[in-house]
Amino acid sequence: MTAPDAAEGGRGAPAARIGLAGAAMPALTVAVSLLALGLLWSLAAAAWPSRAFPPPGAVWRTLLGEAASGDLAYHLGATLARVAAAYVIAMSIGTVIGVFLGSHRRADRFFNPWVVLFLNVPALVVIVLAYIWFGLNEAAAIGAVAVNKIPNVVVTMREGARALDPSYGEMASVYRLGAFDRIRHVLLPQLQPYFAAASRSGIALIWKIVLVVELLGRSSGVGFQIYLYFQLFDVAAILAYTLAFVAVMLAIELLLVQPLERHASRWRRRPA
Amino acid sequence: MRAAGAAAPLRVDIAAKTFRSAQGVSLTALRDLSFEVRRGEFACLLGPSGCGKTTTLRILLGLDRDFSGSFQLPEGGSGRIAAVFQEPTLLPWRTVEQNVRLALPKDRRAMDLDRLFGDLGLAGMRSLYPSELSLGLARRVALARAFANEPAVLFLDEPFVSLDEQTAERLRHLLLSVWSARPTTALMVTHNLHEALMLSDRIVVLSARPAHVEGVFDIRLPRQDRSPQVTSDLLRSFRLKFPTHA
Repeated sequence: MTAPDAAEGGRGAPAARIGLAGAAMPALTVAVSLLALGLLWSLAAAAWPSRAFPPPGAVWRTLLGEAASGDLAYHLGATLARVAAAYVIAMSIGTVIGVFLGSHRRADRFFNPWVVLFLNVPALVVIVLAYIWFGLNEAAAIGAVAVNKIPNVVVTMREGARALDPSYGEMASVYRLGAFDRIRHVLLPQLQPYFAAASRSGIALIWKIVLVVELLGRSSGVGFQIYLYFQLFDVAAILAYTLAFVAVMLAIELLLVQPLERHASRWRRRPA
Repeated sequence: MRAAGAAAPLRVDIAAKTFRSAQGVSLTALRDLSFEVRRGEFACLLGPSGCGKTTTLRILLGLDRDFSGSFQLPEGGSGRIAAVFQEPTLLPWRTVEQNVRLALPKDRRAMDLDRLFGDLGLAGMRSLYPSELSLGLARRVALARAFANEPAVLFLDEPFVSLDEQTAERLRHLLLSVWSARPTTALMVTHNLHEALMLSDRIVVLSARPAHVEGVFDIRLPRQDRSPQVTSDLLRSFRLKFPTHA
């Protein structure tokens, strides 16, 4: 199997080069745009000096101070772990339910009202109920976040299952593919675009809900810190934690999610 | 020649196959359809468009179990079946070679495919994705996938439809040479009489819907002797026997 690998590498290289050249211009635009926002912020902070509206420099100093004390890493880590756990739980349960509903029309008709109901339950209600029923613990916190996200995953993956091409399933059945091969090589690749869409909106939603969960019932995490500094009216610290967390989530998107997606769709016809 | 031993044929005996639409209208596609394909024989199922040829094939492939009657696949050999569908049905996210290997049983996944890819003119295309192939090439990959399985019976559903005549003719020759090198019982659905006369040992002629066997046309002449002159003679005698299928 050396020949295909070599050929794949050969084709990957020019694609990467085009990607770099094409990425330089937008990246420059993004940098200039962010710089302009920072400039606007410091101008506004200078025009209306107030403890409730600190300039970027003050936020940066607070950020460095929190990082040096180790608090930032500890609370960021706690929040990230919760985001990751809730994401994995929501995606796996939501995918299984979604694919099941998408391929069983009668079950879908029966359970659809449930899905609609859960889609419309406010996140706050689920969190409060989870804390009341299961106590102020980690399982309740992560479970509440997952339950908030599962209906969204179900709806997306249900669409994916409805769009499955039956001819691939028939091919798999004629050639007697095993259950693992069917899932890994026939089912999942067809669901991949839907999975990517659900993942993307999932992470964005989950990390926002995780902050609320931490604010209401945990004693660690970015949400807890923000609540703490809210009581102290320390806007610089609130902004420092927010910016640090947004930066981490963007890094995950750029360094993890996008490369994975490029890898998963490498077989699509390349633009000529 | 692997095709030795007890000559258990492919035996088809479908009493009826009925489709029911959502509005409750029922439509009988097949009625009292029975025929046999001897072991190691290449047979064609010939009939007008929409007469139920593909339906028959789907029943034999085990994709449609809602029918009355029975059928028996050839016994012995590998016990596997293989199919070449109307569309190539290659997984777009796997390369040509990965597509072929995935369809093989686990213990044969690592087998040497050089000969087969060479015979089908696919040697340089093993690492291409299906979206990079023409329809004719994709059909060759579908043939490679089927033959790599060394099936006990091979089903082909109009595998050369919607190709230009020149490409289709070249693929027919390829199919013949690959099949002669790896003989197996084969049943091909077609509505192209020329194709049937060129490829098969026997032609099972179906009537219009509800399909049943109108008759069987055996061709005992070896394929290499079927010159254009001989083929037109075959065509004439076929038309005498089945005047409605001209």
